[in-house]
Amino acid sequence: MDDTIKLEYTVSGDDFTRAGEASSNLKNVLRQIGAPPDITRRVSIAMYEGEINMVIHANGGTITVLISPESIKMILKDQGPGIPDIDKAMQAGYSTAPDDIRTLGFGAGMGLPNMKKYTDDMQIETELGVGTTVTMVVNLPAAVLQ
Amino acid sequence: MLYVKDIARLLDAKILYGTNMDTTEVHSVCGSDMMSDVLAYVKNQSVLLTGLCNPQTIRTAEMMDIVCLVFVRNKQPDETMIELAKQRGISVFTTYHTMFTSCGILYTAGLKGGA
Repeated sequence: MDDTIKLEYTVSGDDFTRAGEASSNLKNVLRQIGAPPDITRRVSIAMYEGEINMVIHANGGTITVLISPESIKMILKDQGPGIPDIDKAMQAGYSTAPDDIRTLGFGAGMGLPNMKKYTDDMQIETELGVGTTVTMVVNLPAAVLQ
Repeated sequence: MLYVKDIARLLDAKILYGTNMDTTEVHSVCGSDMMSDVLAYVKNQSVLLTGLCNPQTIRTAEMMDIVCLVFVRNKQPDETMIELAKQRGISVFTTYHTMFTSCGILYTAGLKGGA
């Protein structure tokens, strides 16, 4: 039997005040199924940063979350402008976010570094003018969520 | 040991929403207007001091398991934000003190920022 839970979210690109709703929902699900609090927090923060990025840079997108007994995998897919230089984007403090985003508390250039920091694996596939897919995995300790 | 109720007392703060204030311990404090800086900082039983007043402040506190959110310089969150905090069980205060003074008061009371 396949014991993977699949969640799908659509992230709206035009309403910054609603950004984070998907991450909030995922956090509730993880709580309900008894995921350890530290894992829940790491997953929530990584997904939230990714969700904010989608709203700021890519006019929204879709997020698929796969929860298995071994890991939590988040696949964030957008059809935004793509990332011209991933190495630069991964540097703490480097940001291409517009100034008005900084007045909202984001655009400090910490999004991708934070996402990498809180996950066990992060892969970025990007193509200019086509979009970006970020896949993040947080491993679960053995015997959790059985 | 300090509790959430002590944060309100020390900062002479107005309690906009309080939950389990007598029993929720506070171990550390983070002060920032940049939410990504806050998200880089993970500690248990933390208070967040901020001058940023928008729904993402509450969302950030939610993701971080922040136990108490304090708006400095009398920033006033709207009803929607307070309702969001209620749903997530986060106490919300506002204080007339500035960020610097608020940090100083809590530091002097023995709270640290952590690594």
